[in-house]
Amino acid sequence: MGEGKMDKPLTKNIRPDRAFATLADYESTGGYQGLRTAITQLQPKEVQQWVKDAGLRGRGGAGFGTGLKWSMVPMETPQTRYMIANADEMEPGTFKDRMLMEQDPHQLIEGLIIAAYAIQAPIAYIFLRGEYHVARQRLEHALLEARFKGYLGEHILNSDFNVNIILHTGAGRYICGEETAMLNALEGKRATPRAKPPFPLVSGLWGKPTVVNNVETLCNVPHILHYGVTWYQGLGRGADKGSKLFGVSGRVNYPGLWELPLGIPIREIFENYAGGMRDGYKLRGFLPGGASTDFLLPEHLDVIMDYEAVAKAGSRLGTGMLIVLDDRTCPVKMVLNLEQFFAQESCGWCTPCRDGLPWTITLLKDIIAGKGRREDLDTLSGLTRMLGPGNTFCALAPGAMEPLQSALKYFRDDFERYIVDKSVLKESV
Amino acid sequence: MKKPFFTGLSAAEIEEINAEIEHYPDKAAVAIEALKIVQKYRRWISDDSLIALAELLDIAPAQLEAVATFYNLIYRQPVGKTVIHYCNSVTCWMLGSDQVSEHLCRHLKIELGETSADGKYTVLPSVCLGACDHAPVLMVEDQLLLDVNEKTINGIFER
Repeated sequence: MGEGKMDKPLTKNIRPDRAFATLADYESTGGYQGLRTAITQLQPKEVQQWVKDAGLRGRGGAGFGTGLKWSMVPMETPQTRYMIANADEMEPGTFKDRMLMEQDPHQLIEGLIIAAYAIQAPIAYIFLRGEYHVARQRLEHALLEARFKGYLGEHILNSDFNVNIILHTGAGRYICGEETAMLNALEGKRATPRAKPPFPLVSGLWGKPTVVNNVETLCNVPHILHYGVTWYQGLGRGADKGSKLFGVSGRVNYPGLWELPLGIPIREIFENYAGGMRDGYKLRGFLPGGASTDFLLPEHLDVIMDYEAVAKAGSRLGTGMLIVLDDRTCPVKMVLNLEQFFAQESCGWCTPCRDGLPWTITLLKDIIAGKGRREDLDTLSGLTRMLGPGNTFCALAPGAMEPLQSALKYFRDDFERYIVDKSVLKESV
Repeated sequence: MKKPFFTGLSAAEIEEINAEIEHYPDKAAVAIEALKIVQKYRRWISDDSLIALAELLDIAPAQLEAVATFYNLIYRQPVGKTVIHYCNSVTCWMLGSDQVSEHLCRHLKIELGETSADGKYTVLPSVCLGACDHAPVLMVEDQLLLDVNEKTINGIFER
């Protein structure tokens, strides 16, 4: 492994045999050079500025500017600041952070140390989902290696900077990926979201300024510091900068995960990488970025995968992981499956989500059972507004409504067939 | 300094939990980890374990109960020797998770969520296990099984 493949910085150490990159492997491809640059040549504020200039946006779904987020942390106060890696990947259809952590754990660790330096946090936590046992073992191993080699701990690279990383594992609950719920989880409380403001950047973990960044976001950071802002900006094809992990699951020929430039057309991912639909299946639609994004249709295949373009097409880039709906899967049943997930994982803290999601499920089940009425479709539309943005503490319910509202728009005939033409009831999934 | 005041937890459990407490400014932060440590030894969290743990962490049993009941991987009822979680989220559902769970339950002669009569296996649903490119998937205790079919499932019971 050399320093080649510079268009794929995030996955350059990923090996086909799924073994993981050791510290020596990681160092041999430029590992921990970004940290060296940050700590020995730059002030924390300058690191923030580099990441801001690079144009890195959050890869967890929301797409907030990473450098901008860091720059909003109050740096002049004497209180402790905390840095957290959000490794609670649980968005259905999403399996990118798992690969990054299992196969190149040092990349996350280096990114997290640089982020901690940028906001001068003495402690950083990795909040890892409890189901990711392999990632846990490999991160534990990599943390030991990094400590032994002086990249982590006290006087990092002989500087005055100290940071400790604590690996904190969860026990399986989607809402813990919401940043304020994660803070409650870390504090040992029931993981319900918190009202905002105050935002975690000002009052987060134990009331102290806290930054939460997604795993993939943090994995970009070492490369920006090592290879520079200009190089990084050259990686994107569209308005957004950098490369991104994109994946496809469902009835395609080659389900998988690839690092590709932001701004790549969806068609290229779907046809060239996922190999198109399996024999006997046709593409009906897809969720472009995980379960909580709006459906798009085959006519949207030429949309490019960047934040604004996908939003303009009526959905969200989300996690960048496509879930494909084929012509032999019923979209109504698929939406029921998605809503069952969201209803189960709702924390129950606020009423629209706690009661609205089970109501959604009752209506969908009735429709599928042939007991639906036309008005039910209006009620479902009403729910997409009631559970929409602005009515709930967090983004879980609005996210849950995205596939539903777009299914009602694009697959209305499928809903109506259950109500009007009961012949559909005899068909299977 | 208070003395050790309960008998509900073993010395090994207390030692492991105390090692975790050192990482945090507040004991309560180890709640999830502490529950997982006890569960590792006892397979599930009984009311007695919960109360003893709450005492060790200096929090109200109600607060710890609010945490324990929140998570898919903390069991507040006894489970079998091996817990099989099958993923029922969207991609696995499309690619046959219903058949997977039916096959598991039929083989073990149980309903979903139950433990087999010999006490060996419990089958529970799980949300997305993050391996959708290999759907459908199962997690048998700590081990992820990919591209699951009837043969894979039968293999679990032949171990």
